[in-house]
Amino acid sequence: MTTTATRDKKSRRRRAFTRGDRFTLSMFVGVPTFLHLTWVWFPALATIGLSFTYWNGVHLSDIKWAGLANYNTIFTASPQFYAALRNNGYWLLWFTFIATPLGILLAYQIDRKIRGSKVYESVYYIPVVLSLAVIGIIWRFMLGPAGLVQVLLGHPGIEDAIPIFGNYSINTYVILTIASWRHIGYIMLLYLAGLKSVDPSLREAAAIDGATEWQSFKKIVFPSMKPVNTIVIVITVIESLRAFDLIYIIYGTSTGWPILGMLVFTNIYGQAASMLGAAFAVILFVLSITPIVFYLKTVFSDENR
Amino acid sequence: MSSIVQEKKYKDRQKRKDALISFFIGIFAILWMVPILWTFWTSLRPYSDIIQKGVFSRPDELNFKNYADAYRLMDIWEYLSNSFIVTIPAVILTLFFGSLLAFVVTRYSFRFNLYLLLIFTAGNLLPVQLVYAPLFKMYIWFGDLVGNRNLLYDSFLGVILIHVALQVGFATFVMSSYMKTIPKEISESAMVDGASVFRHYWSVILPLLRPPLAALAVLMTTWIYNEFFWAVVLIKSDDKRPITSALGRLQGEYVTDFNLLAAGAIMAALPTLIIFFILKRQFVSGLTLGSTKG
Repeated sequence: MTTTATRDKKSRRRRAFTRGDRFTLSMFVGVPTFLHLTWVWFPALATIGLSFTYWNGVHLSDIKWAGLANYNTIFTASPQFYAALRNNGYWLLWFTFIATPLGILLAYQIDRKIRGSKVYESVYYIPVVLSLAVIGIIWRFMLGPAGLVQVLLGHPGIEDAIPIFGNYSINTYVILTIASWRHIGYIMLLYLAGLKSVDPSLREAAAIDGATEWQSFKKIVFPSMKPVNTIVIVITVIESLRAFDLIYIIYGTSTGWPILGMLVFTNIYGQAASMLGAAFAVILFVLSITPIVFYLKTVFSDENR
Repeated sequence: MSSIVQEKKYKDRQKRKDALISFFIGIFAILWMVPILWTFWTSLRPYSDIIQKGVFSRPDELNFKNYADAYRLMDIWEYLSNSFIVTIPAVILTLFFGSLLAFVVTRYSFRFNLYLLLIFTAGNLLPVQLVYAPLFKMYIWFGDLVGNRNLLYDSFLGVILIHVALQVGFATFVMSSYMKTIPKEISESAMVDGASVFRHYWSVILPLLRPPLAALAVLMTTWIYNEFFWAVVLIKSDDKRPITSALGRLQGEYVTDFNLLAAGAIMAALPTLIIFFILKRQFVSGLTLGSTKG
């Protein structure tokens, strides 16, 4: 009975589309989909294909099959690759264990409606709305020649400045600190919004019953924030993998601090007509598949419920 | 009785704790602002002052002269308007396409709806490095094909389109989760009244989408304005660069003239800072609409 009713309703609706409606609907879906597939997915698949070839990037007829040669070169004859992998790894570890938890901690404390929390919120947000190009320059004024940090370290002149970005024993920490300046605010912002949906009386009741802050966070707050947690994890991983802008602004295309995103950039259409850059991009893609799938799974299983 | 005592004790303890936390977070917040304040401070001082007396000296004069100079010497206005020429149409198109898709996906039960959303959302998360090299070639080839190499490559149009293609997924996702909260009855009555699909979208749904549209507009404007990867890859002529990618070049050119560069950087940051301070609520809700539905 119900099935016939729904089927009736469905067929009636389908019949209800006039020719004009059908045209409108296909344009509504077709135009954005065409743009997205042609501009994003087609090039992405092309990069994957090209990573198995040699090509100088001029004529399509010059493309030669290379099999796994590009990957072979990367894995066996490219020390830069391992340096980049290590740096992306540091980035991920730093974001996972330092920057992201700090963002969450800040959100958790600011959510207590302490005095001045509105002002603090804005202060921590500011780096989030700045372009990484601006952030790179701002930090040059801090760390570069005649920068604030140089002055504080007793090297005020331009000539006697100590190298910070070029100093291999510290530049990793410096870069990750700069990146965190933005990331912490971003995570705080996301988490704070999530926290607003947690019933404050629950936290209060737990505290009155003698639960420590850590216990109430672990047992009450964290579990009730599943969608935000997913987003935070995905953002942390993906941002660590595809980092590019900040390094580009600080080091240009030199390999002062190699990362995968930069190796794609410097190896594409160059380097003896190989497609090394494409292979680097595919490696980057393979590394990001897990967080992407994890995200889609969480989001779209919620959707169907 | 005892529970009241316990609660009062808890409140007192909480108050002391809050004061302590507020103190530490305040100190941390001041540290947070130091890089920006320092840049601002640098931008107010003349170059000669720093050369003669060092950076930490007491300034003889503080003024906005560097801003006037940077504005003139660095062509800041030209780069800023390039940024606007890219950002404004890109945001409008993204929101328009996003609202169309969200409308179809949530109001009609086509079988491909879920796959469509999946493809768009996944595309939004792809590393851009996977996309740009073939896209660059496609732009040049298509340009040569129609007899105008700069139709897409080295043109605003090309940068706008890739921004739209990438961001439309996020916009669709946010708007479709918002639209699920709009009762279906509204649409059904429109259909029963015999409104065309276009009228249904334009006069019934679109006005209801105002809150997520406003939030996304603010967020997308900041994102696209701040972005510079695509301009680095797809724009060759310096006079077509948006401000963010122009800063990279200016940084090299004015490497010793900090004060001028500081003024330039602050001017480049101003549009997003202004938008943020005026429309903070929209900015935040735009970021969180996608993450805290339900």
